[in-house]
Amino acid sequence: MSTVKPDDRESSGPLQSEEPMLTYVPARAWGTRAAAVLLFLMVVYFLVSIAGNANFGWSVVGEYLFDTRILSGFYLTIWLTIITMIIGIVLGTLFAVMAMSRNVVISTVANAYIWFFRGTPVLVQLIFWYNLGALFPELSLGIPFTDWGVSVPTNTLISPITAAVLGLGLNEGAYMSEIIRSGLLAVDPGQRQAATSLGMTSRKALWRIVLPQAMPVIIPPTGNQTIGMLKTSSLVSVISLSDLLYSAQTIYSRNFQTIPLLIVACLWYLFATTILTWLQSRIERHFARSRNTST
Amino acid sequence: MPAPMIVFDRVSKNFGNLPVLRDISLAVSAGEVISLIGPSGSGKSTLLRCVNHLEQIDSGSVTVDGDLIGYRRVGNLAHELPEKLIAKQRARIGMVFQNFNLFGHMTALENVMEAPVQVLRIPREEAKERAVNLLTRVGLADKMQNYPRMLSGGQQQRVAIARALAMQPKVILFDEPTSALDPELVGEVLEVMRDLASDGMTMMVVTHEMSFAREVCHRIAFMEAGRIVECGKPAEVLDNPAFERTRAFLSRVQ
Ligand SMILES: Nc1ncnc2c1ncn2[C@@H]1O[C@H](COP(=O)(O)OP(=O)(O)OP(=O)(O)O)[C@@H](O)[C@H]1O
Ligand SMILES: [Mg+2]
Repeated sequence: MSTVKPDDRESSGPLQSEEPMLTYVPARAWGTRAAAVLLFLMVVYFLVSIAGNANFGWSVVGEYLFDTRILSGFYLTIWLTIITMIIGIVLGTLFAVMAMSRNVVISTVANAYIWFFRGTPVLVQLIFWYNLGALFPELSLGIPFTDWGVSVPTNTLISPITAAVLGLGLNEGAYMSEIIRSGLLAVDPGQRQAATSLGMTSRKALWRIVLPQAMPVIIPPTGNQTIGMLKTSSLVSVISLSDLLYSAQTIYSRNFQTIPLLIVACLWYLFATTILTWLQSRIERHFARSRNTST
Repeated sequence: MPAPMIVFDRVSKNFGNLPVLRDISLAVSAGEVISLIGPSGSGKSTLLRCVNHLEQIDSGSVTVDGDLIGYRRVGNLAHELPEKLIAKQRARIGMVFQNFNLFGHMTALENVMEAPVQVLRIPREEAKERAVNLLTRVGLADKMQNYPRMLSGGQQQRVAIARALAMQPKVILFDEPTSALDPELVGEVLEVMRDLASDGMTMMVVTHEMSFAREVCHRIAFMEAGRIVECGKPAEVLDNPAFERTRAFLSRVQ
């Protein structure tokens, strides 16, 4: 090897190396590998010991997995989750926009709603709606403080299912409004200004410009809420609705196969959660289009 | 003398008890390019944002092409217009921002098409054709399907100019259009603006680019503490300012 003398520098072009090319060997990370093997063995042991344990009553699980009572309970759970989430998202959007209003009355009403429905147990709210007839025996539609309008007995309007939808939906609206509000706040105010300067009304700017860009912030917690609602909806058993969990409970209160029937319910909850998780990732991908680096 | 396109008549505005614009009167002719210069906080952006009612003024009036902005005049009363009508006025007043503010969830093409379709209700096909022409005009024919984050700052600002042009505005307001750009990207944006100026577009430009102000603008207004201290031909204001304060500012920026 010859050293380069200062005055040789100008004449020496790109460095010509005679060293052989290197072959890279990744680090072995023995610790990580050992931990992975150990973890794998533990999981296998765990699964085998559950599957082989007669006390879990796997044959009973198989017997009741597609029982019609379980299936109709599952149907009610799914239906309630979808309806109440739709109500929650619609109300949440409305109250999020109202809470950000510059009009004090409008924002105060929205904040009071959020405060009240987040501040009381949803179980109490359900019972409250169910017993609305005891508080207001008649509901009327008409002009307040006059005798114009129609009245109907509350109990004909508020069936257990309406009470469940109202209770869960209104409660969800309060949580969703905070999620949507944080999404709206995450969008650069310059976006709204640009939309305004192009002649869009604030409503159009909200729908076309701000909300779509708030979606990446709104969707993950909304997915969380939906999966949470799947299980929160089991509270409707207090107003004697047979959702998935309550159907399982009804069956084991007769045959005393508590654990197998709870496993049946859990398998269905897990099934629904799997579908919801998959849906969420599809929706997330849809709204992430503009973030990809390739077209 | 062409008819005035933008007229500020004794315009004043406060933020709380801070006076930001004080008794500003200025007329900008159709086809004129005027630049606003002045120290930070002197009220340049605020003055610009009063033209499309993004900021409300406390007294005086702003008129664009004969329309009182934001209000309907009845005798000596000015009734604030409903949002829809203000939006209609804004639709014909273009604005270009320092931070581009392109819609992040739309491609360059969609950014340019959005307002013509949603606000002017132009059929999609026609809006698309117009958008393609405008993007070609600003030199971005090959970037139409790119989302803003896949464009350089200079490219984003050129899309923003095309987006403003798509509304066929009577005037375009530029608030420091090149201040967020790397030095080597400033030229391509100024080139587009120079092009617009020679096409006869009425433009108000807040800028720190003195060479642009000198070469392209018909007049320069120097603002300080909410007042227009002096206003005149670039050569007069830049080379031979009448006021000591203008001279002090110019010696700092040039
Ligand atoms: N929304 C606001 N609320 C209160 N004060 C404001 C608001 N916007 C601007 N100001 C104040 O008004 C004054 C003028 O602001 P403006 O943005 O018009 O200045 P500018 O000349 O554009 O400055 P710059 O060169 O830094 O952009 C400043 O003192 C600023 O602090
Ligand atoms: Mg400014």
